[in-house]
Amino acid sequence: MDFLTYLVSGLSLGSIYAIIALGYTMVYGIAKMLNFAHGDVLMIGAYISFVFINQLGLDPILSLLLACISCTIIGIVIERIAYKPLRGANSLSVLITAIGVSYFLQNIALLIFGANTKSYKSIVSLPPLHLFDGNLNISSESIVTILLCIIIMIALTTFINKTKMGQAMLAVSEDRSASTLMGINVNGTIAMTFAIGSFLAGIAGVLLCSAYPTLTPTTGAMPGIKAFVAAVIGGIGSIPGAFIGGLILGVLENLSKAYISAQLSDAIVFSLLIIMLLVKPSGILGKTSIEKV
Amino acid sequence: MVLLDVKKLNVYYGMIHAVKDVSFSVNEGDIVTLIGANGAGKTTILQTLTGIVPIKSGKVKYHGKDISKKLNHKLVNDGIAHVPEGRRIFASLSVYQNLKLGAFTRNNREEIEESLENVYKKFPILKERSKQLAGTLSGGEQQMLAVGRALMSKPKLLFLDEPSMGLSPIYVNTIFDIIEEVHKEGVSILLVEQNAKKALSIATKAYVLETGKIVKEGNPKELLDDPAIKASYLGE
Repeated sequence: MDFLTYLVSGLSLGSIYAIIALGYTMVYGIAKMLNFAHGDVLMIGAYISFVFINQLGLDPILSLLLACISCTIIGIVIERIAYKPLRGANSLSVLITAIGVSYFLQNIALLIFGANTKSYKSIVSLPPLHLFDGNLNISSESIVTILLCIIIMIALTTFINKTKMGQAMLAVSEDRSASTLMGINVNGTIAMTFAIGSFLAGIAGVLLCSAYPTLTPTTGAMPGIKAFVAAVIGGIGSIPGAFIGGLILGVLENLSKAYISAQLSDAIVFSLLIIMLLVKPSGILGKTSIEKV
Repeated sequence: MVLLDVKKLNVYYGMIHAVKDVSFSVNEGDIVTLIGANGAGKTTILQTLTGIVPIKSGKVKYHGKDISKKLNHKLVNDGIAHVPEGRRIFASLSVYQNLKLGAFTRNNREEIEESLENVYKKFPILKERSKQLAGTLSGGEQQMLAVGRALMSKPKLLFLDEPSMGLSPIYVNTIFDIIEEVHKEGVSILLVEQNAKKALSIATKAYVLETGKIVKEGNPKELLDDPAIKASYLGE
């Protein structure tokens, strides 16, 4: 039963990684850049929801929505100010800029909210689920997180496959100038991708702090890096890949904490990345070129 | 009536002056061809006109309106479609998805469906392979897809960049037959080709480019008999 408990909480943690990883993977797929500030957008979202829920006492769902909208706006502004001028620059410059944005956001949070750890009140106020005569207890946060992750996956896949905007994203991810020739606004599509990724970061921030209720300016850093690892393991650029990678990572992390060593769990998680890069660098669902020349 | 009028177009790649004071025009109903060797600037001209490469100076008029400041993705709305060099199909998407993306700027479902049927009629192989990933098509089929995709936007003016490049002679003939067919349906065409003989044989007006400059223009039939052209471009 213990194993099942660890597994479920691993799946819940993995769902959070998956939601963050979606932002990484979509931005990488479409803008061809690694947005290392993504985890910090999540942290800002968590602070915003913290203010709304814990300090202003607003309704949790409304606060979640407001946090997501704020993150969306922040994501669009970051893209417009920091990344758009670098379109066509080499990828190292863009990467360094992203790291700069990351530190900028962390320090903004430090300036406004201080370095003290804030204790975050969960947005979920449902009782935990007791199964098998109380042998398996699942927190309501875990259930909400896993369900939300599945809903997001279905919604995003439908959006990409069924809407024009989604098809435009697929086209831009494959060939920017050919997309221009189709009449697609490439800059608009990239901005849209940042908007969606940042909206999801808002959700992830609230879920993360509901499950692990401490909030500091570096809250987003480690989950951000782990979600990046999840995206790479799943195959960067692939949406189902982010989902699978996130779940694998969350479960692996929790099980290693439980059965091997709590201190070593991060090392084990990152070793998986190294093994993956050695064995299958394109990731589990990464694109292998099918182009015929 | 003049459909596209380009005056003193200049384009740079960094320090390199790739297109120098190029002027030409396409009348409604024309098949205009730009011929010239590799690196003469033919592709650059087309890419500048559809906003892939930035314009340095010059005037571009379309339907009498100055569009030199707005050479971008919106031109597709105005009826200009571009079949780029090297086809540039979306390899990891299906043939059908590629064609639907060609109609990205259009909203009327029935009309899009009609265009799709029209493209399938011209290129039956695309219908057969509609569910296949575009990257798995042969070179000739990919070229047909690229042309079909451009036609999905229902263009008034079609840019074709090296449509015969890398194709077997059978496909070259098919592609040129299709170009003539599309032209008969009322689409004006600006054709860039290295296969000068083929291009001149279907064109109504021709320009010869050399290192970024137009060095000759005129009736394609006369150019076909021009000894200098024969020697440089027709391999005779």
